[in-house]
Amino acid sequence: MKRHVIFGLSALVLIIAFVFGSYYYKGKQTQKYGFMAQENASLFVRDHSQTLGSDDAKVYLVEFMDPACETCAAFSPFVKQMIITNPGKIKLVLRYAPFHDGADYFVKILEAAKKQGKYWETLNVMYKSQPYWASHSNPQPQRIWQFLPKAGVNVEQIRRDMNDPAIAKLIDQDLADAKTLNVRKTPGFFVNGKPLQTFGSKQLLQLVQSEIRANYPN
Amino acid sequence: MTHLNKKNSNWNIIFLCWLVASVSATGSLFFSHVMEFAPCVLCWYQRIFLFPLVIILAVGLFPFDKNVVKYGLPLAIAGWLTALYHNLLYAGIIPESIQPCSQGVSCTEEYIELFGFLSIPMLSLLSFTTIITLLIILKRRISK
Repeated sequence: MKRHVIFGLSALVLIIAFVFGSYYYKGKQTQKYGFMAQENASLFVRDHSQTLGSDDAKVYLVEFMDPACETCAAFSPFVKQMIITNPGKIKLVLRYAPFHDGADYFVKILEAAKKQGKYWETLNVMYKSQPYWASHSNPQPQRIWQFLPKAGVNVEQIRRDMNDPAIAKLIDQDLADAKTLNVRKTPGFFVNGKPLQTFGSKQLLQLVQSEIRANYPN
Repeated sequence: MTHLNKKNSNWNIIFLCWLVASVSATGSLFFSHVMEFAPCVLCWYQRIFLFPLVIILAVGLFPFDKNVVKYGLPLAIAGWLTALYHNLLYAGIIPESIQPCSQGVSCTEEYIELFGFLSIPMLSLLSFTTIITLLIILKRRISK
């Protein structure tokens, strides 16, 4: 009988230590990034970063994304919906974390499309056609080209612009910031510098709403 | 009475083994799930040998079954060998070019160094060493 108690208590202590350790660690991380957001805002938003939403918005939603990441594609409508339902309050900042093999190819296309003012259209086409070119077992990046005209871009111009060394530099900068901010998976979200602690659309919505409440008290 | 004492300490040894395995398993889950350190290939192999130990050793405790040594030891040794290889790689004694993990996370990526020398592969090696030592002690005691 005594043995069962010793065993059970040990297991319980381990589980409790794990749970409390998690809360403690995540709390510390939130503090740390909150501090970083105040001290070094450029880690979250660089001059080259693509943004969506009002410049006066007080809630900055920073998303580290990868055009070849399925979850980023799946989250995209949800994120847009959040911006639409809270007009003027949220500003989305897209940062690149092309972790998939060869994903920087698509970032380059995206940045080249930006020069033509077709950033969001191109991203939308990429996300929608993703299953055709981003298969994990057999990625076929060349297939993206047949979808690009749908975004209304000059495809030939993109082929010329995408090799601009400035784009490669910008990707390196974003990857370096992702590393500093400990983003290891995409999409990686920060709301006013606070990292999303557990991943999920519900959790993201809660975090955004709490920041909206904190910044727009009425 | 001495017989009972001996039986009691045999149980304690397995319990200690289980405790080491459980703490290691919980710790490794903490690293990957809470601190979000992605486990590399070699870490995964060590986990494959570590996680079953938690279950097998616990089963051997209720009721006490000395055969648990027989089932636990091979797992612990396999884990220990992987951990040894990982440490040699991490320390740069084996060149990285012949390591099996080309994709994903590098096995030599440094995440933490507790007290300046305790890396994650070192923690793994220490816990496998402890488990093996305890299991061998028990084996000797039983065969006496």
